[in-house]
Amino acid sequence: MLAYLNLTKIKSKTMKKSLKILTMIAIATVFSCGGGDKKKEAETGYGKKAPVKTEKKEAASQRVELSNKGVGPIKSVTLEAEVNQDMAAHGKEVYAKMCTACHKADKKFIGPAPTGILKRRTPEWVMNMILNPEQMVKEDPLAKDLLMEFNGAPMANQHLTEEEARAVLEYFRTLK
Amino acid sequence: MKKILKSTLAIVAVFAAFTSCNNSGKSSNSGALSSNNAEKVYIAPGEHDSHYAFLSGGYSGNLTVYGLPSGRMFKEIPVFSQFPTNGYGYSEETKPMLETSFGFVPWDDSHHPDISQTKGKLDGRWIFINGNNTPRIARISLTTFETEEIIEVPNSAGNHSSSFITENTEYVVAGTRFSVPIPQKDMSIKDYKGNFKGALSFISVDPEHGHMDIKFQVLMPGFNYDLSHPGRGKSHGWFFFTTYNTEEANSLLEVNASQNDKDFIAAINWKKIEEYVNNGGGTMMPANYAHNVYSDDTHTATSTMKKEVRVVNPSEVPGAVYLLPTPKSPHGCDVDPSGEYIVGNGKLSANLTVHSFTKMLAAIESEKFAGEAYGIPILNFEDVLAGSVEQPGLGPLHTEFDGKGNAYTTFFISSEVVKWKLGTWEVIDRKPTYYSVGHLTIPGGNSAEPFGKYMFAMNKITKDRYLPTGPEMEHSAQLYDISGEKMELLLDFPTHGEPHYAAAIPAEIIKNNSRKIFKLSENQHPKKALSDADTKVVRDGKNVHIYMTMIRSHFSPDNIEGVKVGDKVYFHITNLEQDFDVPHGFAMIGARNAELLIAPGQTKTLTWEPERVGVWPFYCTDFCSALHQEMQGYVRVSPASSDIELSWSLGE
Repeated sequence: MLAYLNLTKIKSKTMKKSLKILTMIAIATVFSCGGGDKKKEAETGYGKKAPVKTEKKEAASQRVELSNKGVGPIKSVTLEAEVNQDMAAHGKEVYAKMCTACHKADKKFIGPAPTGILKRRTPEWVMNMILNPEQMVKEDPLAKDLLMEFNGAPMANQHLTEEEARAVLEYFRTLK
Repeated sequence: MKKILKSTLAIVAVFAAFTSCNNSGKSSNSGALSSNNAEKVYIAPGEHDSHYAFLSGGYSGNLTVYGLPSGRMFKEIPVFSQFPTNGYGYSEETKPMLETSFGFVPWDDSHHPDISQTKGKLDGRWIFINGNNTPRIARISLTTFETEEIIEVPNSAGNHSSSFITENTEYVVAGTRFSVPIPQKDMSIKDYKGNFKGALSFISVDPEHGHMDIKFQVLMPGFNYDLSHPGRGKSHGWFFFTTYNTEEANSLLEVNASQNDKDFIAAINWKKIEEYVNNGGGTMMPANYAHNVYSDDTHTATSTMKKEVRVVNPSEVPGAVYLLPTPKSPHGCDVDPSGEYIVGNGKLSANLTVHSFTKMLAAIESEKFAGEAYGIPILNFEDVLAGSVEQPGLGPLHTEFDGKGNAYTTFFISSEVVKWKLGTWEVIDRKPTYYSVGHLTIPGGNSAEPFGKYMFAMNKITKDRYLPTGPEMEHSAQLYDISGEKMELLLDFPTHGEPHYAAAIPAEIIKNNSRKIFKLSENQHPKKALSDADTKVVRDGKNVHIYMTMIRSHFSPDNIEGVKVGDKVYFHITNLEQDFDVPHGFAMIGARNAELLIAPGQTKTLTWEPERVGVWPFYCTDFCSALHQEMQGYVRVSPASSDIELSWSLGE
């Protein structure tokens, strides 16, 4: 009782803040539960697409960020002028085994297509996204936006080795 | 602002402390926890327990995994029973695990888990447990925490004096509780005496893979073989079994099996019999028993029926079997860490009997026998007795050891645990249990090196210890701190099924070996699909095989057409995740077996026999991502006469 009284007496900023957060969570929950259904209804019931939020910002997948190295174990990658074909072939194998459940080489699937990825991303960012997706979607603003753009589908950590991730990167260089 | 917050927190803290003091004051009046004891069992959020405990599931047929000292249950491992929670015993891959000579037996009564040992110490590689009703022994991996192997035990009935491990896991030993005609035959029950036999099975364990094989069975007189334990240290090479019903009664055993003043502990020199067998001794007799082995590479079990077993009659190997008179209907048969003392917990005896291994050897050496039973020499009680604990309690059942020279015995009737000293036989302490304790466990209690910090008692009656849950209550376990001179009750925790015995081990011995995923690159399941390119649907007459993958958060394929009423559909599903703790589930409407829970990198198969025309959904049952609710698909089922071709797709 004593504790309760003390807490109610101070109408602190902290309290307000947490209330705000709670409200936001509540709204978010409503949105994530109800929102999806409504969208489907709109598409199937009325033959119209659900209203898409008009954002000024360019879609995360199209954004060009050639200085962002992302968050993770990869700090610096040097790409040779010529593609290492052996490495790329190995990377293609790894990609086929571990990535194609969600990525198709040349078209958007569950996740984005890797073709042309190095025109928009640094090699380090690509490898960190492969090797450290959990932290990337939390801490890298671009990865965060991508998660939203791709409907909240998480990038699965398939526990590639650094060497395998590097090979996949080399394979991506061959995708034109 | 910060200041106010701080002072508020301080007040709250003081208030909280004050209240909790009140609570502990109150409860100490009723004989329960002090706040000091609460700290001893409190594991802060995110922190780990110091010990694993593996409790038998009794009539659940399974094995449960707990943490000590918190008493939190982590997992139920299906062993002898079908388990719809993950599809064990329902999936095509695991159905063979439950095959027996009686056919598919999807349940059992599991009793006594025991952890593998090297040089008398727990090595934490495997845990073994017995199925009591349909005699079986299972081996469970302590890296995957899954049942890897089950072997049926022929010539046995009521596989109770099992499954105990020798010092280097040479054998897991399984003794029969009920004697039966061997081989089974149609005969009058009244002719039991002198005609029935009790088989004690020595099942060898392959040191590398753990695979089990019945090396030999000793065909003993028709007593009941209740419990057993291995010799260790100086008595390594021997095995000890308690017996009751040495009267060989076949009816109203409650009275008729309690007539003799003393029953026996049977001492078996298995090394001697092993040598005899290695030299071609014993007789191969026809038998029929299942041997079921699960492979982590194929994620599939196979069941093989074995057709013969080697049996040995004690009279063939002189000097291998002796009987030690032990009062009265001894239950537990427990050997101390040094291997010198063999405790016979005489259920109906006023005193607790302790035999000496050294004295037993001397008596054998001097050939001083009191007589014989069916050709087996009986030693003199006085010649083998090390000492007795005088009047320690009523109804002793089981004894464990702390490695510091003390023994702890449970007393069912007087509902207590009594601590006594080996060698002096004096009682040091006694603490009540709530209520009617059966087994007790000290981590490493059945080994040369127990870890004598905790002991827990597994009680048969729960009554008022928890909020009532109708006439049927889960059993209750109680954790005691035994690090001091006196035992201290720390915690009550509910258990699942009826835990008989339990085995416990310091967490560091096994936790770092615990498997996180199965590697896709090592998956050798014949019906695996390792990528989208491998997915397909194939018709083979009425059988339709769907090679499917799953990853957060979709199935591939997720639209399937061309299935017909009357087909038998096999969903072969591979989980493509390679991350720790991302299993996916699979549930199909109308499936009359179970769902599947598929670990990362694993392939499992569910069968479904569609009976109605329509479009039927399937979905993932294990919440896997923000898009879990989207993880679903449809199978179109057409009439049997339909000529719709098979087709499948994802995202088209």
